[in-house]
This record gives sequence, structure tokens and C-alpha cells, in this order.
Amino acid sequence: MSDLTKLKIAEARDALRKGDLTSVELTQACLSAIDAADALNAFVHKTPEIALDQARAADARRGADAPALNGIPLGIKDLFCTKGVPSQAASGILKGFRPEYESTVSANLFADGAVMLGKLNMDEFAMGSSNETSVYGDAVNPWKIDDRMLTPGGSSGGSAAAVAADLCLGATGTDTGGSIRQPAAFTGITGIKPTYGRCSRWGIVAFASSLDQAGPMTKDVRDAAIMLQSMCSHDVKDSTSAALPVPDFEAALTGDIKGKTIGIPKEYRMDGMPQEIEKLWADGTAMLKDAGAKIVDISLPHTKYALPAYYVIAPAEASSNLARYDGVRFGHRAKLAQGDGITEMYEKTRAEGFGPEVQRRVMVGTYVLSAGFYDAYYNRARRVRALIKRDFDLAFEAGVDAILTPATPSSAFGLGEMAEADPIQMYLNDVFTVTVNLAGLPGIAVPAGLGANGLPLGLQLIGRPWEEGDLLNIAYSLERAAGFVAKPSKWW
Amino acid sequence: MLDLTYDAPKPKVISGATGDWELVIGLEVHAQVATAAKLFSGASTQFGAEPNSNVAFVDAGMPGMLPVINEGCVAQAVRTGLGLKAEINLWSAFDRKNYFYPDLPQGYQISQLYHPIVGEGEVLVELGNGTARLVRIERIHLEQDAGKSIHDMDPAMSFVDLNRTGVALMEIVSRPDIRGPEEAAAYVGKLRQIMRYLGTCDGNMQNGNLRADVNVSVCRPGDYEKYQATQDFGHLGTRCEIKNMNSMRFIQMAIEYEARRQIALLEDGKSVTQETRLYDPDKNETRSMRSKEEAHDYRYFPDPDLLPLEIEQAWVDDIAASLPELPDAKKARFIADFGLSDYDASVLTAESENAAYFETVADGRDGKLAANWVINELFGRLKKEGHDITQSPVSPAQLGGIIALISSGDISGKIAKDLFEIVYTEGGDPAKIVEDRGMKQVTDTGAIEAAVDAVIAENPAQVEKAKQNPKLAGWFVGQVMKATGGKANPAAVNALVLQKLGL
Repeated sequence: MSDLTKLKIAEARDALRKGDLTSVELTQACLSAIDAADALNAFVHKTPEIALDQARAADARRGADAPALNGIPLGIKDLFCTKGVPSQAASGILKGFRPEYESTVSANLFADGAVMLGKLNMDEFAMGSSNETSVYGDAVNPWKIDDRMLTPGGSSGGSAAAVAADLCLGATGTDTGGSIRQPAAFTGITGIKPTYGRCSRWGIVAFASSLDQAGPMTKDVRDAAIMLQSMCSHDVKDSTSAALPVPDFEAALTGDIKGKTIGIPKEYRMDGMPQEIEKLWADGTAMLKDAGAKIVDISLPHTKYALPAYYVIAPAEASSNLARYDGVRFGHRAKLAQGDGITEMYEKTRAEGFGPEVQRRVMVGTYVLSAGFYDAYYNRARRVRALIKRDFDLAFEAGVDAILTPATPSSAFGLGEMAEADPIQMYLNDVFTVTVNLAGLPGIAVPAGLGANGLPLGLQLIGRPWEEGDLLNIAYSLERAAGFVAKPSKWW
Repeated sequence: MLDLTYDAPKPKVISGATGDWELVIGLEVHAQVATAAKLFSGASTQFGAEPNSNVAFVDAGMPGMLPVINEGCVAQAVRTGLGLKAEINLWSAFDRKNYFYPDLPQGYQISQLYHPIVGEGEVLVELGNGTARLVRIERIHLEQDAGKSIHDMDPAMSFVDLNRTGVALMEIVSRPDIRGPEEAAAYVGKLRQIMRYLGTCDGNMQNGNLRADVNVSVCRPGDYEKYQATQDFGHLGTRCEIKNMNSMRFIQMAIEYEARRQIALLEDGKSVTQETRLYDPDKNETRSMRSKEEAHDYRYFPDPDLLPLEIEQAWVDDIAASLPELPDAKKARFIADFGLSDYDASVLTAESENAAYFETVADGRDGKLAANWVINELFGRLKKEGHDITQSPVSPAQLGGIIALISSGDISGKIAKDLFEIVYTEGGDPAKIVEDRGMKQVTDTGAIEAAVDAVIAENPAQVEKAKQNPKLAGWFVGQVMKATGGKANPAAVNALVLQKLGL
């Protein structure tokens, strides 16, 4: 039975259609795997009843006409509001919150027949790169070195761990500065952040509205294409959702990239970059070249300003988005002392409900928006953002189809290893990914090899806006050439 | 269109111990947009609903909920802008104004600080006696209203009603062109009138659908002219803002109090502190709410949940084409077409329903006579009953019928008043009532002559007196009218009496 959970979405879909497998069998296999994997702390809320109900319903309608994800068991990041099911963004401040509504993305998945196994761990409010800021405790990477427990990355750490450990066939993630791509790279799976506006943000707890995008985290590129297809839609409930048709992403996976132009940005060659990352990048470049792509060196000159700009804009938006967690209407409210007024209620509630990283970002965001600093920080960061976008526009105008970069500056690090480090050291994890969010572009992380320590390493491809099909196809070609098949050995 | 000319009124002057002071006033008027749904949600805006019943998830600031602009509110703001002869910005954007309060569930109000939808416009505020102030509008922006906090229902708790949260407001910001308490009230009244004509705000101040923040400062005579010449606020005094006024009377009283308070400070050698104040109508005074130092830092920034609001000129043109005739134009036309006085034209155009009623009555009839009847008889009678024009039991056709009977000489003015009372209380077709009840004026000279002769014959002594004192002819006219039950044509009676008495 447990082997069923190793199936990819495409394989399970075909088996379910043919009747070789029922969704109930598949779902039960996943539920068992989840129950046996508490050590990974990936699922923070399990929904076996919902899952089995959905699986039975899927089995009842199976056949050639069944919807795209009929009977496929998935995990849902805790950032997505799921109707009647705890949705806490891994924060203490949303303790006990069960929304009366379903996020558009999860509703799209369920409308396509997907089965929800439960809610997945993450960094609190998606703020973090190691899944160490969660109120539920750390999610753990199924990959490890000797006895060292490693981070699965973040913020979608639970999603990455669950997919890499075959607890579910795919998972939703969200990506504000790299929160899909970095954990995907750390766990040897595939994760795509589509163009800003592809997936509706309605019903996803907001971190930084102008940067947040949902995307799938899957075992390979084909599964990413299938799942992304279902997640995307034009949603009138989200004013920033694009009124564009969603193309058939899976059909774009021809593997033929002859004549495509791949840009290699020199600014991503950072000082002190580990040799094995350099080598991985060079190997990836060579693979794409061998597959018939034209390789060009490009310049994205404002890259070095991306991280500071991101760490102004994202906290600024977050400080405002998180103002609603005030203890008045839902979630945690602090016990008050005699004589405490509304100010004390806010202060105590937020001090108790938010963890240190969220508090840090709320304070940074409040500071950069405050009178006298707004122009120096927020407005300047917005101008930098426009320049970064222009860098990409110019590259694409010059004929580049996709840009290849490393996904992360290193392989997964140890849990607790950064506890004493300057927070900026942690922020450096996003150095290759934040530019993509600032420019609103699609980006995908594909596992491309193992480091000397035996841990997976990923490459990132950045595509033209709205050209996820093309991007997925280039990633598919890279995936085939890299032939990454390694799996973590089960220890949990 | 408007060919009426006005002189600018004199500013209000307050004499202090050290000389004269003038007032400088600017207003921020918050007008609730007349629409069925809120600015960014589908929840109803109906007044008086059960607390917390008109609340969408986004209004309650639920996690992951997003605002979506209501096109109807945008159209109303554009319509208001056009009505105030203002520039319409085809590109505008929404910003977040951040502060914590329980009746603000999102922790921010969505407003338009940097790029409002409506730019500069103007309003002509008439002040009687041929004077009017042209007040410049700086901008109009769309924003969300907050909810209602109730602190006096429980000693230990506060309650919050979110029905109002997210309702669309237009904030209409004036330049500091207003120079006295009466002008300020008249300005609010004029805005209210125009918006009611446009159907963009019901102007109900009692329900809080129209309220104003009033900025008041004082300066010495001559300083304001320096400001006008340079637009340098340095020539003006430090201003205080009086928040949230929802009564014309209180606006005037608050300005008066605040100006005197500032003058007293200045004459005492102290200075005015820029601050936000609240008016207490019970004590007729303003009190400090928060100083500039305590002022919130609202941390405005562009709302990333909303795209910039882009509208097309053709859409604006369509709205412009649908605008009704506005008060200034209507008033000018009433004066020109119906020969009305400035005052009567103002009264009749105060509300568009009144104006429409009058026009139907006056159509094809004597306009001045129609105006007299609408203003004096109808409005007087309605006011007595506490009714407005929409509740009038007398239709314009009925009142027009009465006026037609007067003009044709079928009834006298006095009979007409009786007829009006019958129509008001019983209804019916005036011409038929006159016919059925024999109220028609007697114009038959023979019949009138007989009546005149009879009165003269019966009162020889009076005849002698009248010959000495012709003023007594009126007594004979009265007797004849009495004898004919008021139906005789008074002009004919008068002529015959004079003739028969040889006067």
C-alpha cells in the first residue's frame, strides 16, 4: 500500500481513470503515511474525514470524463483559508480560526476533484526561510545528513517536506520572496510560482499583497503543470487577478526547446558562492545548450538592490495587512488586567499572538512607512522595484525566453543553525528568488543534482510574464537532462 | 448658462481688544455616496438595519478577504465632480490610511490620498442680498467609512456595529475660501442641494450621511488678501480642525466659538496650537481632541490589493450627458422664463422635487401666480402638516387647475383659497368642484349691477358719507361681495360701485 503514495499526480490520474486504483485506496495510503510521519511535523491539521468523503465522491464520478485532479490527494498550506477547517497561517494569533469560506485556489482544486489530506506547516504568516517561525514548531526535511535534522526551507516548508516524503502527491504553496522555490530546492522537488495575477489571492491569508502568489509543489514538472492548471483562474473577487485564459500547461510539455534563448545573468554570480552551486549552474547551462537552446550572457544590473528593496516593500505591506489581527473579532485575545483599555488589549494580544520574526517585520514595515522615512525607504524601494522589472523587460525584449539561475545559495541547512545569526543571514536565502516576485514574473525551481553532502540542489528558471507553459517546457527539458531521481531514505 | 451676477460678501469681522479679526474657514465635507452597496463589498448600505447585519467578510477584515471596487460608487463620485464643475481624473488610485480602532476592522481605511478621482472645481454659494461666495473645491476623493463604536451601553465593555464599515464616502475638500459661520453653513447647504439634485448623496445630516470637518483660523484684515495674492498660508493664522459636525446650526456655533477662542488666545499673547478639536453642543464649546504631536502617523501607502482606477473619457462623457439641470442654472432660468424674483426662484429650486412641481404647475400658465401659489399656499399648508412636496395631497395638475380658474376669471383669489382647501382635504378636479358647488365668479354685469343697486338703495346714509369720503367705496364693494357669496368679480363690482356712486 505505502508504495501508492510514491505515485506522481499524472501516474495516479491515469491509474484512477483506468480503474487500476481507487481514490479511497490512494487516500488511505496517504493518510497512513501522514500518520507515520509525525516526526516531520509537516501536517499540522489532518482532515481524514474530509479526505475520505472527497475520495469516495471522486470514485463515484471516475472515468474518462472525470475532472483533471479527480481523486488526487493533496496537502494544503495553512495559509489558505479552508472552509470549516483550522486555518491559522501557523500563527498563534489565529488560534482557533475556522473560516466560513474557501480560498479560490483550494476551491478550484476541489472543483477539479482533488482530495484534501490536511493543512501543512509553514513559517508564521509565510515569514521565514526555514519553517522555524511556525507556532506548530519546525517542519523537518526528510533529507538529513547523519543525525542532523535539516530545515525543509520556508515558508512552504511543510508542503515541501510532505511532497518529498511522499505523504501526498502534491501540495499548495505560496511564494512572496521564494517561499515555493527555496523549499522545493531544499527537498529535491519541483515548485513553480506563476506570474503575479495567475492565481487568485482571495482567501489566502495576506503577507505582502503585491508579491504573494500561490503555486504548486510537486514531484516533477508534469505534475506542476497539471496542478497549476487547476489552481489558476481569473477571479473577480481579486482585483489583481488577470483576466486571461489559462492555457493547457501540460500540453506545452513537448521537451523540445530547440531555438529557445536562455539568459545567464552575471549578477547572480555572487561572491563566496559555493563551488558546487557554481558547478550545478554550469551543468544546467550545458544541459539546456545540449537540448538545442541558445545560451546568452545577460545583465540584470539592479539585482544587488533587490533584497533590500524586498525587505522594505514586503514588511511595509505586511505591517498593514497584519493590522487586522487585533483580538477584536477572531483568533487570540489576551487576558486583560483590571483597568486595561483598548490599547492594552491590542498590545498584549499582538505581543502574545505574533512570534518574534513577525513582530520584527511588522516593526520594520511600520518604520519604513512612517512620516519622514516614507520617501527614503518605501518610495525608493518602489523605484528600485521598477528598475528591476525593467532589467527583465529589456532582457526579454532582447529575445531571451527564460533565465537560468541557482535556486538557492546553498543546500538545506540544519534546524537551529541560524538561531543566533543576524536575521539578514536568513534573508540572504532569498537572494536568487526575490527579484522574480518584485518583477511579478513566473519562476520555477527544478531539482538538478546532489551536493557533496548528498543533499538536493535546485536550479531556477525565470520566464516571460504569462508564459508559464513555455517556462514549464524548458523546465521539463532540464528535468529530463538532469535525471534527478534521488529520494530521501525513510528515517521517520 | 448663469447670467446672474453677484458681489462677494464681506468677511465676518470680530472686534477684539486689540483690533479687528477676520475668519478663514475651509471644510472637508464627508458625503455618503447614494448607492445600494458598499465601496468595496456587496454588503447593503441600508440605514437602520440590525447591528452587524450589513457586513461582508471583507468589511469585517476577515483573513484573506479582498476589496473589489463598486463601479456605481465611482460613477457617483464622477457625477458629483461634474456637478461641481470639477476636473475628473481618468487615473486615480487608492491608498491605505493605517490606524487601530475596533470599528476599523482592517486596521486601515482605504482612501485616495495621492491621486483623488476628482480634482479642482468650484461652488457658488449665495448669501442673499445679491451676494455670493465662489468657493474653490480642491479635490474629491472616495474612501471607506468606519463602523460605529458604542461606549455607553455597558460600564465595562464597548460594542461595535460594522454596518457602516466600508460604506462609500466622498470627501469634498474646499480651499480656505469661506469667511464666516453663515457662509460655512450656506456652503454645506449648497453642496447638499447640488448632490441631492445629482442623486449622489441624500444629504441626511441627522443620520450622519453628510458631515463636515471644519478648519478655522483667524487673521488680521488685509492678511487674507496677501494669502490670495501669493497662496502662501504663512499669511494666515494657525488653524484648528473641528471634527465631525452634522448640523448646520452647530457648524455655525462651533466656528463662532472657535474663532473667539483663538482671538482670546492671541490677544492674550499666547499662540494657537494646531490641533483637532471636538464641538460640544451642550456646552457650546470646542475641546482639544489631539494635538499635532499626538496626531496619528497614518502611514499612507498605495493599497496593493487594488489596481489603479482607470476610467474612460467616453464613460465620463456619458455621465455628463445624463446630468440634470443644476440649481444655479435652474434658478437663472426660472428668473428669466417666469419673471420670478431672486428669492422666489431660490425657494422653488431649493429641492429639485419642488422645482419640478412648480414647473408642471406653471407650464402654460402665469409663472408668478404659480410661484405665489406654490410657495405661499402649498408650501405653507404642507409645512403646517410637517410634510414635504412628495407627500402633497394636491397634485401639480390640480394646483394648475386652480390657477387656470383664477386666470380665466372664473374664480376670485378668495374663492380660490377655499377651493384649494377643498382640493387639499377632499381631492377632486378643481373645475368640477367649482361647477358642482356653484363657486364660479359672477361676471354677468346685469346680476352684479342689480346687487350694487340693492346695496345702494338699502344704505342711503352710507351713500352720502361715501360721496364726502370716496374711500368708503370699499365698504360697498365688500357688501356686494357678501351679498353675492363672494362670487362676484371684484374688479367688476369695484367699477360699478364707483360708477353708481358717481365717484
